Amino acid sequence: MAQAISPPEVLDDKAPGRDRYSSDAAGLGRLRAGVFVAPALLLIAAFLVFPALWVLYLGLTNYRLTGAAAAEPRFVGLDNFLDAIANPTFWNSTWLTVQFVLGSAVIGQVVLGFTIAWLLRDRRGPLKRLVEGLVILAWILPSAVVSFLWVALLDRDGGTLNALLGIPGFPWLLDHPMLSIIIFNTWRGTAFSMMLYGAALGNVPPSHLESARLAGASGWQQLRDVVFPHIRGHILTNLLLISLWTFNDFSPFLLTAGGPDGRSEVLAVHVYKVALQSGELGYGAAVSTIILLINLVVAVFYLRLLRSKK
Amino acid sequence: MAMRKIAVVLAATGLGLAACGQSSGGGNGDTIELTITQNAIAGGKNAAAAGFVANWVIPKFEAAQKAKGKDVKVKFVPSGVDDEQYKTKLSLDLKSGKGADVIDIDGIWAGEFAQAGYIKPLADVVGPEAESWDGWSQIPESVQGLATYEGKKYALPIGTDGRVLYFNKTLFGKAGLPADWQPKSWQEIIDAGTKLKSSGVPVPIQINAGTAMGEATSMQGVLPLLAGAGGQVQQDGKWTGASQALKDALGLYQKIYGGGLGDPKLQQEAKGRDKSFQQFAEGKIGILMEGDYFWRGVVNPKDGVAPMDDRDQNVGYALIPAIEPGKGIRGQDFVSMSGGALRTVNPNSKHPKEAFELLAFTLSPEALKEETKDGNVRITPRTDVNKEILAGQPLLTFISEKVLPLTAYRPPVAVYPQVSVALQEATAAVVGGTAPDQAAADYQKKLEGIVGGAGNIAS
Repeated sequence: MAQAISPPEVLDDKAPGRDRYSSDAAGLGRLRAGVFVAPALLLIAAFLVFPALWVLYLGLTNYRLTGAAAAEPRFVGLDNFLDAIANPTFWNSTWLTVQFVLGSAVIGQVVLGFTIAWLLRDRRGPLKRLVEGLVILAWILPSAVVSFLWVALLDRDGGTLNALLGIPGFPWLLDHPMLSIIIFNTWRGTAFSMMLYGAALGNVPPSHLESARLAGASGWQQLRDVVFPHIRGHILTNLLLISLWTFNDFSPFLLTAGGPDGRSEVLAVHVYKVALQSGELGYGAAVSTIILLINLVVAVFYLRLLRSKK
Repeated sequence: MAMRKIAVVLAATGLGLAACGQSSGGGNGDTIELTITQNAIAGGKNAAAAGFVANWVIPKFEAAQKAKGKDVKVKFVPSGVDDEQYKTKLSLDLKSGKGADVIDIDGIWAGEFAQAGYIKPLADVVGPEAESWDGWSQIPESVQGLATYEGKKYALPIGTDGRVLYFNKTLFGKAGLPADWQPKSWQEIIDAGTKLKSSGVPVPIQINAGTAMGEATSMQGVLPLLAGAGGQVQQDGKWTGASQALKDALGLYQKIYGGGLGDPKLQQEAKGRDKSFQQFAEGKIGILMEGDYFWRGVVNPKDGVAPMDDRDQNVGYALIPAIEPGKGIRGQDFVSMSGGALRTVNPNSKHPKEAFELLAFTLSPEALKEETKDGNVRITPRTDVNKEILAGQPLLTFISEKVLPLTAYRPPVAVYPQVSVALQEATAAVVGGTAPDQAAADYQKKLEGIVGGAGNIAS
């Protein structure tokens, strides 16, 4: 008995099997995409998510580098977090970190980086290359090397700066530790901002500036009404990146070891001192988690600003 | 165990540092590869010790093993950092199941390392040959005690030391002070400092203080002063809080650093101790409290980090006096503190027996005599060797004969390093201008948190 052969469902748009076939294809596509993305996701999980969760877990224990708690750590709940909040040193470090970020990243690098880029925007020739070369040199040298150079530069006995200024014995790193590390970080990081703003300024249409000039706008008005709106995205991206870098920067340790008496113990140094010098890994992990949260808040704040007027 | 290893690696990664260790490789064929580490490096810290291991111990040991038909290769893993950094690196190595086969540790770390399982009793790691090592009979019981924790031997002691007051005889001469100076009270130290100041010495007195100096502040600062005021950091199972002895010790800091006799900035600098060594060698510091390491490793004209060609003629030394005669611990007129380093076999070693042979070889009479040749003398743990090598060494003979009988040791318990940091913070506060009574009260408060409450503290 011959059976009627139905036309293939695929040919019939109205056929109920059409959706099923379509979802199969999409499913296959998703599977294929999943296979391609999986290695990246696995890497992110292994090197980002898992360590972050592990540090969070360690922060809930009394884990130590040595002693009995190194062999058998105990779950202590939120004790480490509460200890951090009750610890004046933690708040001192937080305040110093705010000064460090505001001073060297927000004010220092952004303002100085933009200023240099602005002054060099239409210039050509050896002067521009010299300034760019000098600024970029600070950026490309390893931070350990430049930190030691700055320690020698700022040393109170035989330091180059004191010799140049004719004030032998002036203890920069002891009397003004935060100012010293803010100046150091500004000097080191300005190159990144300068290069970013240099590229951004190239995108400002010269005709707009020309029009503003013809309309009688002052230099400041040209910057405010033409340049800044054009490079707003660059400024915010720059602020986000260098704020986070500065927040987590460890080079102050190489300059002052957090001293004297904790007067330059920014959070990154605080974590190093409590976790690896004093061996309180659990407490250090708790502070690291708090730092991660602060970083997330800062990042979200900037990203919202970045998107707000796009 | 595996989870612990993962935890350590991740913690170190999460905190921005990676544990970097060296492990003993299995080697090819029958070659046994061993590593030995110390906080010593050619051209830097403890250069003589580093040179001795690399140039004498390793070739001699390898040759001796070859004669026995064993192919052993030894590698020295140098390090030239602050003791605290060395301890951190070692802890991370051991925590992650790595580290050199033979390691040097400060005696005071033994308790906390043992509790953490980083070091184990030698008999457990090596076998009965560790207990039957023939050198034990030459090591006095008190020195053996440095390497013993809860009744078990964890290491071989490398030696012991003592603390004195060093002074610059040239500066003393200019200030009208005698070349055979021996103060009998703290007031006499202050008086000498005042005279040095009047004669134009930039830093009359240098006694370590603050946290930047680390354990040096405790060993060459607050602990000898505490002992001189009749106190000990821990006594009869109770920790000493804001006692009169501590207030007296902090009071001396105030007189020195608040009175212009010391340089408070030097105590705050990250490299303040190194700088003070340099300044003493340059004739800018009059009186300096230090251990015999200062004589051997710092101003040693041969290979010290701040060599003084005229050390033997120009550097004087005196016992550390009690606050007043008879007021020191045990009613003594003079006091000191002693420590000692240990050398042990890493429990992670793949070749613990050969590692112990190497360890024992470094403490054989032959090795110790060789090591202490050419002015590199130190007080070894072995009485049979000391007799011979200390002859003709006035400073070390002085320490061995006059200082060790009246010395004191730090409590060999795991919590001591935290107590030590609290003491360092108390001295930092006084140097920074806080009143001694206030600093002592703050110390007691911190101490309560460290040692488990006020019930464990005696004021």
